[in-house]
Amino acid sequence: MSALISDQMFVIDQSRCIGCEACVQACEECGTHRGQSLIHLEYLDRGANTQTAPMVCMHCEDPTCAEVCPADAIKQNEDGVVQSALKPRCIGCSNCVVACPFGVPKYFALPDQMMKCDMCYDRTSVGKAPMCASVCPSEALWFGTPAEFEENRSGELIFEFQFGRQLVPTKVATVVHDTGPGPIDVMGGQPTAGWQDDPFGLEES
Amino acid sequence: MTCRICGEPFATEMQVADLEGDPARVGLRLLRRQRQPLAGHLRVVSPPPGHPCSNRTSWRIRLIAKLPVTDEELIEKYGPHLNQAPPGGWNAGLEVEREVDTHCCFCGQQCGIKLKVAKNEVVGFEPRYDFPFNEGKLCPKGVKRYLQGSHPDRLLEPMERDPNSPGGFRNIGWDEALDRTVAEIRRIQDIYGKDSFALLSGVSLTNEKSYLIGKFARLALQTANLDYNGRLCMVSAGAGNKKALGMDRASNPWSDIPLADVVFVAGANVAECAPITTSYIWRARDRGAKLIVADPRVTPLARTADVFLGLKPGTDSALMSSILHVLIENDWIDHSFIDDHTVGFADSAAAVADATPQWASEVCGVPADRIIEAARLWGTSATGMLLHARGIEHQSKGVENVLSCINLGLATGKYGRPGCGVSTITGQGNGQGGREQGHKCDQLPGNRDVTNPEHREYVASVWGCDVDEIPGKGITAEEIIEAIHAGEIKGLLSICFNPVVSLPDSNFTAAALDKLEYYGNIDFFLSETAQHADIVFPGSLHEEDEGTVTTVEGRCVKINAAIDPPGNAKRDWEIFLELAKRLGRGRYFDYTNTEQIFDEMKVASHGGTADYNGMTWKRIVDEQGIFWPCPEEGHPGTPRLYEGGQFAHPDGKARFHPISYRPPAEVVDDNYPVWLTTGRVISQYLSGTQTRRIKPLVEQYPEPLCEMHPRMADRVGVVDGDLVRVSSRRGEIVTPARVVESIRPDTVFIPYHWGGDKAANQLTNRALDPISKIPEYKVCAVKVEKAEGHVEIRDRRVHTLQEQAHR
Repeated sequence: MSALISDQMFVIDQSRCIGCEACVQACEECGTHRGQSLIHLEYLDRGANTQTAPMVCMHCEDPTCAEVCPADAIKQNEDGVVQSALKPRCIGCSNCVVACPFGVPKYFALPDQMMKCDMCYDRTSVGKAPMCASVCPSEALWFGTPAEFEENRSGELIFEFQFGRQLVPTKVATVVHDTGPGPIDVMGGQPTAGWQDDPFGLEES
Repeated sequence: MTCRICGEPFATEMQVADLEGDPARVGLRLLRRQRQPLAGHLRVVSPPPGHPCSNRTSWRIRLIAKLPVTDEELIEKYGPHLNQAPPGGWNAGLEVEREVDTHCCFCGQQCGIKLKVAKNEVVGFEPRYDFPFNEGKLCPKGVKRYLQGSHPDRLLEPMERDPNSPGGFRNIGWDEALDRTVAEIRRIQDIYGKDSFALLSGVSLTNEKSYLIGKFARLALQTANLDYNGRLCMVSAGAGNKKALGMDRASNPWSDIPLADVVFVAGANVAECAPITTSYIWRARDRGAKLIVADPRVTPLARTADVFLGLKPGTDSALMSSILHVLIENDWIDHSFIDDHTVGFADSAAAVADATPQWASEVCGVPADRIIEAARLWGTSATGMLLHARGIEHQSKGVENVLSCINLGLATGKYGRPGCGVSTITGQGNGQGGREQGHKCDQLPGNRDVTNPEHREYVASVWGCDVDEIPGKGITAEEIIEAIHAGEIKGLLSICFNPVVSLPDSNFTAAALDKLEYYGNIDFFLSETAQHADIVFPGSLHEEDEGTVTTVEGRCVKINAAIDPPGNAKRDWEIFLELAKRLGRGRYFDYTNTEQIFDEMKVASHGGTADYNGMTWKRIVDEQGIFWPCPEEGHPGTPRLYEGGQFAHPDGKARFHPISYRPPAEVVDDNYPVWLTTGRVISQYLSGTQTRRIKPLVEQYPEPLCEMHPRMADRVGVVDGDLVRVSSRRGEIVTPARVVESIRPDTVFIPYHWGGDKAANQLTNRALDPISKIPEYKVCAVKVEKAEGHVEIRDRRVHTLQEQAHR
């Protein structure tokens, strides 16, 4: 087992994302899936604001994608990293694509296989940081040790999501600011503060 | 229709004739410029008999030289074509022979990057974790920059305009290209004088090339008229810094940003134009720092600000004056710093006596309480950094805007300490270094003044020439184009500059270039500007030559060559050496490599403010860059300027400048009721000569969109994706509307990276700052109307629920 991957963790702080797509571009430079970007980056609502959200695989403790796979093609390795579907087994049914609560797996008609973020296993297994977290200009995607995070970063690390009644523990950490204890409740509202409801003071004028 | 040569209207209806078979009557590109329908090939007109231009020799010469090809032919031959994958495709299995430590070729951040090389081609990149500025981080342009190499559009041979060749140019040999150029330089200078031949350059070039070109213009061309595209970039900041602080450099290394308790970003879309700086600002915020952003748009970083000042374009100095007013009113100022280290505070205070938040609220369109809150954060925080960029600098009062920011730093004593400073975010790769090496119409190496007798004597002693051989002060980039248009400048050589796209009022710029008797262009792709040239020299890409650049921080770093130039392309500096030799001035240009140029340059800089004398290439590599001034061997360099409140004026004190608000050169009225501001998007760089040829970048943002607020869209009667016609007194553009709440309702934004009928600079105003001569890209008046048609805007970051369901 690689020492590195057990010491270091992958952290997402969506609030810092600037939507630049450096992660999307760097992902397709990765040695194991050249030319195919497996990361997701989306606007929440471009009409309203510029908030974007990057999504890598959260590497769930009990991956829903693997649970729903009829061909038993999705494997989790001993580091807890959930891999792309095994090519010989994958039947291209896209059950995983539909079932993943984070919308991570992608089905590719060529080569008729589901592929997904494997936390750049070719890099992390030899001591390098994943491509997306290497290049991310705002450190919205970040890779390092808990001690480094503690020393340099603000916010609380959460390793659990609540989707309705389903609690999903993840290997990848999500940073939250000023929320109560417990998992991230994705059905809950988004707090916004002050000027963001009226950036140009139109209500006052 | 008016004559593009003399500006006189044609008195009668023009004759339209086919060009074919009669090149002497190639009436011109005029029609192309007029955008009349042209089928197949260019149709031309000649001026009617009796028109003042009909008998002029220059008319005939120039008209013969025009390019009788259509845009379609040009694009087919010279692109932009889109490079998508590394040489041989994604799965070519090329064995990487080496990884070369170098820097990105694009913006002033100059991120470290490793280029992977196989068989003299760049085949990929690897993050360069060891370079302290970016520690491996890159924006999408940096990730994909390697795709500019091995490109189908790459120019590989010298070319001469030839109306009978496909695409309008024919390949010629180097001797023929160089000899014709030198003959034209001599002919034009003999007839019209030395200064009638100008040189335009750019600051994507290394320090070595910038120095060489400055020396080439003065000693080989012997013209005063040398200027560069830094004129569109940082000259307002440079002039403001020199006036107030005595030196033209960002006051801080970026490592000071995380030490600031408040970060104030004014007129800088940091997330898209200096992406790596975002991480520095976040490091400050992780410590609890507050963020203030002043911008007409809620940019991706502004979205998270503690205080957002969504001001009207062109009102920055009013906002800053009002903040100074509030600082003084509440005594949030540093009296001992003002007394000990500055002069002129009383005048500046008097100038803002009436600049109340209520007044500024009217002028700027920002709620008064937010102005007060910004002043409170800036004035009461122990440390603070103010970062500004083109938003405040690209104005006809760019220097005043910069000075009004500096006043805020001086009044609160925020200089010369960790986490304190007011710094410009330089835009271009070598925007900082390029202007220091004598590459600017008013400067000699070391940021010296070309009109200062002592400075001239020193540089002449380094160059080994008579001081009188160094010409005086020339005119600036936009003024050179205007002088060409006015017929005062007849010949031009240019490199690393695409003014047809990047200067304001692009129709005017293109018309000017068509009046030249000779135009030589050095580039690696046939840019929109190179299409107007008589001779095109294939120069070198960033990764094909070595040298140094000086980054946004004032840190001089080493660029390493990854590969050799392909085909018959030459390294840029070799082209200038060949021209100098043929002009009979080879004795001043006796170099065999660029390190020799650096070693001469550092001596030439010695004693100037930008002093590189203590640097060597080896030290620069070993120390991961050196900050100037570095006057002596063993000097560690100077990351932070003005420590202990010691400024660079002879008395050691900084200058306050009283700033009274004045409006932009053009303001909205009944005919043109909407403000236009222009800028950049993350995936494109400047005029797009490189980035519009890289498919993954083009896919991010394929064409210019007109951002407008839903209230504006309602008034115009359009929805997202409807085409709108945006017109100003200078031109018009039809582009899809992007309806977003992240922009002021009285303002529209269009990015400027495209040429032809997609050029936002068809609309912008040639008004210049009186001191820096920077054009007012960021403010002009337009009208916005609904046009016919609707497109689905392609932005892959937008996924509708329907798309997700079918994915």
